[in-house]
Amino acid sequence: MSTTVWIILAGALVTYLTRIGGDLVLSRFERIHPRVEAALNAVPAAVLTTLVAPVATTGGIAETAALLVSGAIFLRGGGMMTGFVAGAVVLISLRNLL
Amino acid sequence: MLEALDFSDSRAEFARGMRRSIPVVIAAAPFGLLFGTLAIANGMSVGEAVLMSATLYAGASQMVGIELFGQDIAPWVVVLSIFAVNFRHVLYSAVSGRATRHWSVLKRYFAFFFLTDPQFAEAERRVTEKKPVTFAWYMGVAVPIYVCWIAEALVGALFGQLIPNPDALGFDFLLPIYFLGLLMEFRERQLWLPVVAVSAVTSVSAFYTVGSPWHVSIGAAAGILLAVIWPAQGSARSAQEQQT
Repeated sequence: MSTTVWIILAGALVTYLTRIGGDLVLSRFERIHPRVEAALNAVPAAVLTTLVAPVATTGGIAETAALLVSGAIFLRGGGMMTGFVAGAVVLISLRNLL
Repeated sequence: MLEALDFSDSRAEFARGMRRSIPVVIAAAPFGLLFGTLAIANGMSVGEAVLMSATLYAGASQMVGIELFGQDIAPWVVVLSIFAVNFRHVLYSAVSGRATRHWSVLKRYFAFFFLTDPQFAEAERRVTEKKPVTFAWYMGVAVPIYVCWIAEALVGALFGQLIPNPDALGFDFLLPIYFLGLLMEFRERQLWLPVVAVSAVTSVSAFYTVGSPWHVSIGAAAGILLAVIWPAQGSARSAQEQQT
């Protein structure tokens, strides 16, 4: 096998280890300290924010408008699909018009 | 607020999971195609590109990987970089492990192979909705995303050079919109706003100083740290969410 294939398989192995690692460690404990629990509860908000905020600062008018429109719909409880499609429509139309 | 859903009906659960996978598949598609295209441009074979999508199944780290393949860099450095980019998954498995404690160990460690950003967030969202994370539902979310992800690597690798102007189609910006939607679905959680504010400021600063992809770990760590040092909240989750 080529070096590339070995690198891919090793990369896949370490990736899989990260995907089971947290559970491997945590499942050994009977009770979880409230501080650890608070940390775990914050994970979705903390990680998802880092996937949105920096990218948002790199966008122009079309990107900002798309985030604002979909954000407003998400905020009013409009649902994932509605907000997502609306954002995509705003983004693609503004990119092609501006 | 809980409709009368039969969570023991595996087929219905799988179908419900599949419905949640639709926006993920759409948002990730351009990224998957782009990966296949760039992999070829960086000197990989079609088979290697597909192998990478099928075994790593982690977009950002695959991009970092092919970027490094193109240069003359020691293999262990490439593997270490992939590990660093994927380190956030440790948090995902710690969190999702709590929600899937009722599964067998075998099921859990099979399912966690598919624990990507959207997969994790969808599972946690289901916890927030006070619905059980069933294995059938989880795989209903995972299978379409995984199958499409592999197919996109193949199509991108074979035909990527044919796409004239991917930017006009909004390819690069669909995932942030989807992630924003997911983020908003957690807004009822305790400390949501302070955590979001701290993670936003920190990740943006890190993005412009330290650089990508480290801003993800740094920004996430700051938000999580805030939750840890915040004055006692008791076991909010057990009270709120484990009464299902």
